[in-house]
Amino acid sequence: MIAPPPAGPVPYEKDYALALLADMLRIRRMEEKCAQAYGEGKIRGFLHLYIGEEAVAAGAVRALKPEDNIVATYREHGHALVRGVTMNSIMAEMYGKREGCSRGRGGSMHLFDAGVRLYGGNAIVGGGLPVAVGLALAARMQDEARVTACFFGEGAMAEGAFHESINLAALWRLPVLFCCENNLYAMGTALDRSESQTDLCVKAASYGVQTLKVDGQDVVAVHEAAQEAARAVRAGGGPFFVEFQTYRFRAHSMFDAELYRAKSEVEEWKKRGPLHTFSARLKAEGKLTEEAFLALDHEANAEVERAVAFAEAGSWEPVEDLLLDVHSPEGRP
Amino acid sequence: MTMIQALRSAMDVMLERDPNVVVYGQDVGYFGGVFRCTEGLQKKYGTSRVFDSPISEGGIVGTAVGMGAYGLRPVVEIQFADYFYPASDQIVSEAARLRYRSAGDFTAPITIRMPCGGGIYGGQTHSQSPEALFTHVCGLRTVMPSNPYDAKGLLIAAIECDDPVIFLEPKRLYNGPFDGHHDKPVVPWSKHPLGEVPEGHYTVPLESAKVFRAGTELTVLAYGTMVFVAQAAANETGIDAEIIDLRSIWPLDLDTLVNSVKKTGRCVVVHEATRTCGFGAELTSLVQEHCFYHLEAPIERVAGWDTPYPHAQEWDYFPGPARVGAAFKRAMEK
Ligand SMILES: Cc1ncc(C[n+]2csc(CCOP(=O)(O)OP(=O)(O)O)c2C)c(N)n1
Repeated sequence: MIAPPPAGPVPYEKDYALALLADMLRIRRMEEKCAQAYGEGKIRGFLHLYIGEEAVAAGAVRALKPEDNIVATYREHGHALVRGVTMNSIMAEMYGKREGCSRGRGGSMHLFDAGVRLYGGNAIVGGGLPVAVGLALAARMQDEARVTACFFGEGAMAEGAFHESINLAALWRLPVLFCCENNLYAMGTALDRSESQTDLCVKAASYGVQTLKVDGQDVVAVHEAAQEAARAVRAGGGPFFVEFQTYRFRAHSMFDAELYRAKSEVEEWKKRGPLHTFSARLKAEGKLTEEAFLALDHEANAEVERAVAFAEAGSWEPVEDLLLDVHSPEGRP
Repeated sequence: MTMIQALRSAMDVMLERDPNVVVYGQDVGYFGGVFRCTEGLQKKYGTSRVFDSPISEGGIVGTAVGMGAYGLRPVVEIQFADYFYPASDQIVSEAARLRYRSAGDFTAPITIRMPCGGGIYGGQTHSQSPEALFTHVCGLRTVMPSNPYDAKGLLIAAIECDDPVIFLEPKRLYNGPFDGHHDKPVVPWSKHPLGEVPEGHYTVPLESAKVFRAGTELTVLAYGTMVFVAQAAANETGIDAEIIDLRSIWPLDLDTLVNSVKKTGRCVVVHEATRTCGFGAELTSLVQEHCFYHLEAPIERVAGWDTPYPHAQEWDYFPGPARVGAAFKRAMEK
């Protein structure tokens, strides 16, 4: 049973609400362009689009403070963008160019940016979870009230790394915000074929952490839940697990015949699209006009065009430099 | 057959012949595998013999060890070799040592299939060739086919073997004999003699290397994709290289390679994996131990760089025909 589209009042001032909308729009337009660039062979290798799930990154990342840490997965373009990595450097990274946020070394699955405390995308399912716990432990040891937000898919909850991480975080009462993006499928595997307990909050709660389950298609619900959870974590209440119930509208990655789900299911979920449902709510409240929407869209598209131009004008890291950063530079103690 | 079809045919033959054979892993049942190697097998043999597991590499390999000890012959798939690390404890501490520590009472007759190697811009987490991590573990067998005929015969031999076998599948060879010329279209296996694969049961014995190309001037020790790269290098340099396809990396067929090096007096070792402590180091050492008085030149080693696999500069990293050919020339000059 798919729930009705998100509805109801938007409890934010117009500017704040429009900023959330703009973030979702920027992610959407950026990724649509990425898909096109992939088709043209300009972005190569793996590309996992977040299209359909934008409300989670937009609502959750905005609930964090600049001093907080973020750890994400290979489906992290949206998180990076909302966190403040420039679209130029994200796009250049996806192109594999030296001007990218990871100097072209990481590609789409490994966006890193120390400046905004983004400790990486991670192509290994579950790979980022213990690292996030370590970041939180370090912050606590240094008496810094930082939250470490760790994003992962529900598929990662089958990995041992998830269970070790949440146990340690709960045992040591660490400031970790576990953000589970439950989009119902791990590649071709549906939730009920991968989890013994499909209520993920019940599973997480067994570790003694607080949990919340929210509609991940509703940017308001996401933002409220993330703020509440972040507040509790920051106040020293130990880790918090939030399940964002969401859906990816596109294939898992760029090669996927999507034989594991019905087209009609995808169409049903599209009715719950985070962008058009939120826009409609804002319009109903008089916070958004069609012209204003088009202006935001125009701005997002212009930013994308600039990012593409930047990436295309970028350069390849010289081959001899690829030996750098395998180890720390010579001569350092 | 393509290599994908040949691997599927091997599993099909073994599922048919031996009720103890089971096939599982992430998305292998219903979905047929990311590279489609198990497509149709669940339909044919049912969900109790061919099934899906969650993203749980440690669980996949660990349960295979238990099933193997109980008498089954599990064939499990790790989607990319780069994802085996969460399973490494079960591979090293359990699968590899079960026979030794139970003094032969129990064995782990399991086959762990995993696609390896670069060539799809997968970067550091979708391109690795971790064979040396396995060859360093006593009790494992590590195998890497270079073509559909060998892939099927080796996979059947692996499934029938009582030891745990790490079965590495060079993903760039799935559809054709890729020789490192990434800017040229690859010839499909349907146009290559090694794409001719019998339908039924046959084996390519483990620990048997193959003289892939007979030659007189130098010996190339290679496996997987590098066999075709070495062949291209031989054709392009005009150097009459004898190419030995190891097929079984460890334990290996020492006689075939020693006989060849003794005949040619020169040796070039090639692999795609990183250089330092790569399997080439072991090969170089073995050749030195067994052929020292026959060597007319230092042994040459061609490998990937000692870096993670780069994403954008993948073809600079990949030891293609030009780099291999240059090593041939160095070996001939001395
Ligand atoms: C250790 C490991 N195993 C397998 C994979 C292959 N893989 C990549 S994404 C994915 C599905 C993950 O699903 P989920 O965690 O739900 O996240 P989603 O992709 O749906 O966002 C799999 C199996 C991997 N990257 N790492």
